[in-house]
Amino acid sequence: MIKLVGVEKTLGKQPVLRGVDLTIPTGKLTTIIGRSGEGKSVLLKHIIGLMQPDRGEVWIDGTNIARLKGQALNEVRKKFAMLFQGAALFDSMTVFENVAFPLREKLRLKGEIVTRRVEEKLEQVGLKGMGHKFPAELSGGMRKRAGLARALVMEPEIILFDEPTTGLDPLMAKAIHDLIVAMQQQFKFTAVMVSHEIPEIFGISDYVAMLKHGRIAEMAPSNEFVKTTDEEIREFIFVAGTVVPKGLPTASL
Amino acid sequence: MEGIARIGRYTIDLTEQMGRMMVFVLSSFAWLTRPPFRVYQIVKQLNFIGYKSTFVVVLTAVFTGMVLALQGHYTLRKFGSEAVLGSAVALSIIRELGPVLAALMVTARAGSAMTAEIGIMRITEQIDALDTMAINPLQYLIGPKLVASLIAVPLLVALFDVVGIYGGYVVGVQLLNGNEGAYWSSIESAVEWKDVYGGMLKSISFGLLISWVCCYKGFHTKHSAEGLGTATTEAVVLSAVLILVWDYFLTSVLL
Ligand SMILES: Nc1ncnc2c1ncn2[C@@H]1O[C@H](COP(=O)(O)OP(=O)(O)OP(=O)(O)O)[C@@H](O)[C@H]1O
Ligand SMILES: [Mg+2]
Repeated sequence: MIKLVGVEKTLGKQPVLRGVDLTIPTGKLTTIIGRSGEGKSVLLKHIIGLMQPDRGEVWIDGTNIARLKGQALNEVRKKFAMLFQGAALFDSMTVFENVAFPLREKLRLKGEIVTRRVEEKLEQVGLKGMGHKFPAELSGGMRKRAGLARALVMEPEIILFDEPTTGLDPLMAKAIHDLIVAMQQQFKFTAVMVSHEIPEIFGISDYVAMLKHGRIAEMAPSNEFVKTTDEEIREFIFVAGTVVPKGLPTASL
Repeated sequence: MEGIARIGRYTIDLTEQMGRMMVFVLSSFAWLTRPPFRVYQIVKQLNFIGYKSTFVVVLTAVFTGMVLALQGHYTLRKFGSEAVLGSAVALSIIRELGPVLAALMVTARAGSAMTAEIGIMRITEQIDALDTMAINPLQYLIGPKLVASLIAVPLLVALFDVVGIYGGYVVGVQLLNGNEGAYWSSIESAVEWKDVYGGMLKSISFGLLISWVCCYKGFHTKHSAEGLGTATTEAVVLSAVLILVWDYFLTSVLL
């Protein structure tokens, strides 16, 4: 279980997180929504220990990583994989090497099994035959999918997705959503996704949380979330029209 | 009061930065001692820092040797001591110009590229990505560069010395019709092992200094394109200044 308690973070002079309390259930897909610049990416970085809170606790399966460093933090990180908003592919390596990297370096796998797993993942994200290309030769959407393949290939306990479908065409976005859901059901990992794909995410997420003014304004199962009475949140999620939450008939404004 | 406060703050900032640089290099070396050993990365960096710098180093060395011989020839002739031209060229190069100029060239060519490479990795979150994979960036990225630079710079300096002395020979003996035997024998009698050791000691410390400063600046690049430019400039300027200051210090100790 991932649990954040009173997490506060000021970056530069700007308070970004102002007391985030959030419990993310194990083995489920939880999506975090919120306005641009609200601090969603910063929140994800706190969960994986790339940023440390000024105040508050970040619990990962019973370990508070808020003040953890070095080897102890690395041990916790072995449970994770993360897709960065900007994909963060290694420029100096081909797409194939990028996806193979965590298998070789983190899981210490070699040879045939690496090739098989990498090619399988590349095919699933629609990058079959692109393995030999360098990140600089790919489009933004292709880089994103290569990053996704790199996160999925490890099959870890927890995967963080920072806007996995931003910059993709609608068909590809749907395919990626379906892939994440299918993988999640197959491997039962805990998925935490940041996304602007409203209303689609209500159809695929188990839980939705909204970050507003540096706090979690609402966190509920998808089908309950859409019944919120908070005017600001309703405006945010219904701006595009109808919403079809997981396991419920159509709701609309 | 205001002024004193500012000086105080500046001193604290400087001390803090120096402390952080110290921690940076010490932990990088500490990580090097732990498996997995990144031999392939070291070889790759040796190629980049060392092999790919040979051309500029050779070019600089040839012209340095040539101009030294030219200047030496006219100066020494006034005293009728053209015979010691070889030793004048060789000692200047082995003791001072070889280590300093080779190090400056490596800073300009490889050091700036190192800062830019690491800086881009920082800005585009590639370093964070390494972290999330539980791979220590100091071990994977920085350690190999430190080691490679420690090995490559002394080798480049040795190359500089040899080529520079030959450059002096071409001008002093071939072009200006100096005495070939005198050129080589004056080198043989004047250059002592102490000079060679001193030069090598300098070049080893310069090798460490370059990769240390350039890696540190890249690693702490601020998140913007401007930040990257600033980091690269600062890295090159700071390395160059430190090379010259450290050179003076070492010379005064060694002499
Ligand atoms: N490394 C950093 N240093 C300083 N400020 C930062 C840093 N990272 C983020 N910020 C600031 O924190 C705020 C939140 O940024 P964040 O990237 O988390 O937003 P976001 O919710 O992910 O937005 P988007 O939906 O556009 O990706 C922004 O105002 C940003 O300027
Ligand atoms: Mg973001």
